Amino acid sequence: MKHVLSILVHNQPGVLVRVAGMFSRRGFNIHSLAVGTTYDTECSRITVVVCGDDGILDQVIKQLEKLVEVVAIQILPQDSAVRRGMAMIKISAGDKRGEVLKLADVFRASVVDVSEHTVTFEITGDEDKINAFAEVLAPYGIMELVRTGLVGLARGDNTIHQYERRNFHEQIVL
Amino acid sequence: MKITGAQVIIECLKEQGVDTVFGYPGGTILPFYDAMIDSSLRHILTVHEQGAAHAADGYARASGRVGVCIATSGPGATNLITGLAAAFMDSIPVVAITGQVPTSMIGRDTFQEIDITGMTMAITKHNFIVKDVTKLAETIRYAFRIARSGRPGPVLVDIPRDVQTGQVDFEPAKSIEKYSWAVGQEVLKRISSAVQAIEGAKKPVIIVGGGAITAKADKEILTLAEKLQAPVVSTLMGLGAFKASHPLFLGLTGMHGLKVANNAVWEADVLIAVGSRFGDRLTGDREKYIEDKTVIHIDIDPAEIDKNVAAHIGLTGDLKIIVELLNQQLSQKTPDAWWAMIRKWQQEERGDSEGDALSPQWIFRHIAEQTKGKDYIFVTDVGQHQMWAAQYLSLETPRSWITSGGLGAMGFGLPAALGAQFAMPDKKVIHVAGDGGFKMTGAELYTIAVNKLPIVSLIINNNGLGMIRQLQHVFFDKHYTSCTLPDMNFVTFAAAFGVHAVSVGSPEEFAKEFKRALFSNQPEVIVLNISNEELVTPMANPGGAINAYIDM
Repeated sequence: MKHVLSILVHNQPGVLVRVAGMFSRRGFNIHSLAVGTTYDTECSRITVVVCGDDGILDQVIKQLEKLVEVVAIQILPQDSAVRRGMAMIKISAGDKRGEVLKLADVFRASVVDVSEHTVTFEITGDEDKINAFAEVLAPYGIMELVRTGLVGLARGDNTIHQYERRNFHEQIVL
Repeated sequence: MKITGAQVIIECLKEQGVDTVFGYPGGTILPFYDAMIDSSLRHILTVHEQGAAHAADGYARASGRVGVCIATSGPGATNLITGLAAAFMDSIPVVAITGQVPTSMIGRDTFQEIDITGMTMAITKHNFIVKDVTKLAETIRYAFRIARSGRPGPVLVDIPRDVQTGQVDFEPAKSIEKYSWAVGQEVLKRISSAVQAIEGAKKPVIIVGGGAITAKADKEILTLAEKLQAPVVSTLMGLGAFKASHPLFLGLTGMHGLKVANNAVWEADVLIAVGSRFGDRLTGDREKYIEDKTVIHIDIDPAEIDKNVAAHIGLTGDLKIIVELLNQQLSQKTPDAWWAMIRKWQQEERGDSEGDALSPQWIFRHIAEQTKGKDYIFVTDVGQHQMWAAQYLSLETPRSWITSGGLGAMGFGLPAALGAQFAMPDKKVIHVAGDGGFKMTGAELYTIAVNKLPIVSLIINNNGLGMIRQLQHVFFDKHYTSCTLPDMNFVTFAAAFGVHAVSVGSPEEFAKEFKRALFSNQPEVIVLNISNEELVTPMANPGGAINAYIDM
């Protein structure tokens, strides 16, 4: 089972290694990982898709909470969060170019590059949508594919900041 | 007033109450060493950086204060690694300060450059590299706070040479912030369910772990046990947290635990674990371990709850406070049928024979008798002798037992013993090692000799790696390999350092020499020659039920 976790971390050198290292060291599986800055220059936000049952999710969260740079952790469940990834897919279009462009339209994928023999699409959506689009394109010959890890936000008033406990490791773990 | 980064380090160490550091110099840490000449810090030069790390660890285990070790960049820093890992696995507060090549040289594979923060990430609670001298003081203060608070652990601070020589305005720390833990509603609710479970218990057992010592919860646990009239068993790390001479104490539990202790755990209907992480050497098969019982797991680290065994009631926080709250709500019990069962197991276990030979059982029982009721600190190495010591010694007080539990690092004993002696100059330190482990870090006898530390080192010499032989005996069909060590003269080895040593082969000889050594005020080594066929019994099958013993 896949879980999406959003982690707010202090921007310190090595923080990504520390987070990723915890996963590999303890044998947790990361399905995807996305890292980026936030509007707060002191913090970055990491979105991880973890595979495992609820027990594993519980351990992942507790182990993450022990990392000194972790400020907040939020679970982003499918039904109460918006979760998106992006992919770019390059195909050898050939004479079926028109057909492919129509398919892309159905998926609301946009064309970001065209050459004599190739078309590159950009598609944004949840995992299933991107998978479906890739499947549809496969028969035309996918030359290469790249996708980002999922990012997401909870719906409504819910934000990661309500899980923020700047010094929570000092009170609980330290 | 501006001072150098090196002076900042020293000022910060003094602020934290550090008086002794263990280390070894090198190019990139020399500015610190230069500044240390004029300070009140006592620096103990070890033979090897691993020795410095184990010594800082031993210092911390004996005293409860933060141990500090110093090394240079590159090989100096990598030599600390085993020591830091040992401290990490047993949750011991250590701060390691390492030199690093100047910031402008980082990343160029400079001479003696190693990414030590990268390397130690997995074996430290946290680590830092300080690239700006203005951040140095706050980083060191933070490092100490992380090391000692909550579940303690080692923290490494890597300091490039130019940061040590840089000038900065230094402001003394206002006061050392202390975070106190308060019980939340959630925990209070769980305490109530724990009380309910315990009140309903017919066969309760209390397990004490190393966390009980860190939390200074020994008195509360004693009250808990006496209130419940419940048997108490100890993990390897918990020894000393509960008086071994107390009638409720059953002894060591785990893979080499006493049968009475393991049987009690197996039969228990309610297990109360205080400050134990349910390590595999404690539980064997994790699922069988908790079958048909209610597990109440009390630990400071939330991540320990449900990590190894699924607890029915997990209580996270300060053990001292939580156990005290339990005590307030629990009613006084009287010994019942449960004890009849336990006493029967105890009777069965007491059948050990005592011959003329210098057997491990005799040795450790003798040591226990001779040291009973007195303030000794026992420091062990890793292997068979460690298990015999854990089974037979009579450990009465917290911090009187120092051993590498989680990492099981051979070579830990001697340097940890010297660290413990520096921490506790008024106590007698007795170091026990096997011949294999003693060879690993035996050169630290030099540090012991130079500093005239009156440590008694007992080398249980079976001319081999006994635990390896035992594993090959049991699991590899007696196919022995790499476990027999050709003879070595430990007496002349010790003599090379100017240390007095004797070799004994009989109980009478040992009794005489041990008595003498206990009153000696210089370093003493006693080599005890035993048979290489001795085995540690009982032995529960690793990964099996803890009362399923291997027939040897």
